[in-house]
Amino acid sequence: MNLAIDIALWAIVVALGTTLFLRDQPSFSDSLTFARREFFALLPRIAIGMIGSGFIAESLPGHLIPSLLGPGTGAAGLALASLAGALTPGGPVVGFAIATAALKSGAGAPQVIAYTIAWALFAIPRVLVFEIPAMPARVVWLRVLVSLPLPFLAAWAAILTGKP
Amino acid sequence: MTPARRPRRAFDWSAAVVATLAIASAVFVFVRDGQARFLSILTDDVSLFGSMLPKVLAGCLIGAFVTLLLPRETIAKWVGAESGIWGILVATVAGAILPGGPFTIYPVAGAFLAAGADAGAACAFVISWTLIGYTRAIVWELPFFGLEFVTWRILFSVPLPILAGLAARFAWRLMKPKIIA
Repeated sequence: MNLAIDIALWAIVVALGTTLFLRDQPSFSDSLTFARREFFALLPRIAIGMIGSGFIAESLPGHLIPSLLGPGTGAAGLALASLAGALTPGGPVVGFAIATAALKSGAGAPQVIAYTIAWALFAIPRVLVFEIPAMPARVVWLRVLVSLPLPFLAAWAAILTGKP
Repeated sequence: MTPARRPRRAFDWSAAVVATLAIASAVFVFVRDGQARFLSILTDDVSLFGSMLPKVLAGCLIGAFVTLLLPRETIAKWVGAESGIWGILVATVAGAILPGGPFTIYPVAGAFLAAGADAGAACAFVISWTLIGYTRAIVWELPFFGLEFVTWRILFSVPLPILAGLAARFAWRLMKPKIIA
């Protein structure tokens, strides 16, 4: 599956690159220079983020989170779940692994949804390492601000529908 | 006509915060769990890092190509400040279908912003990838949660990038006079 994504991504790269090359060769070589500069600027941060996240996750008290996400915890529980999600480091699996453990040990589905969505939206190391350097900081903080209600909205949808 | 953007530093305060946190955690894990556990985490993370590199490079290339292929006027018309709810919807769909990780999505969003997209569309794009992007759901989320949980989680998330994108565009308009002044 990982390979399929790489293939899909590189198919897009080749299609766009060929189109640009055929249309305007000087622009094509400019864009290669630009992409290379971008890549090498992001590289050290991504190394820090990816290699560090495993250690950060390992030293966190992940086993405490399930007990905080009980089904009867109401709005305070949702807020706590969202906060815990924001404090969980990024990296592709850390949040999902903790959330599954919580679900298995009896946490409520809305709380787990709030936790997962907050982690996806706000994992603080990810925002600092990846998002801030790639986008204007003002837009990133605006993005974080307008995302604040989203874990609650999704959790309330889960409560109202009684799913999953 | 390379997109004009502020020069980017490879290492700044935000990277320093995370680096400090990472080094402290690594030392803590080494002391608490010993060398074997330390090396196993390190190997896992390094291989994960290696598997992400092609995606990062692809993201940088897509961002660079797209901004040169699509004229500024086209981007402004589709996802600019005057694009209305349609622009937010376009950004949401684009975020949901673009494959890759955050290392793909953020450079592409940054490139679109530099080329005339508005903050609302950029927010909708990033949030859409985060919450309803299928690649992430299939590769990472599904193996953990199973189909039913993920399907409902995604269904509940569909309206969220649109709402947040509209809110971001509204807030940006309120902020803008202050920025210019």
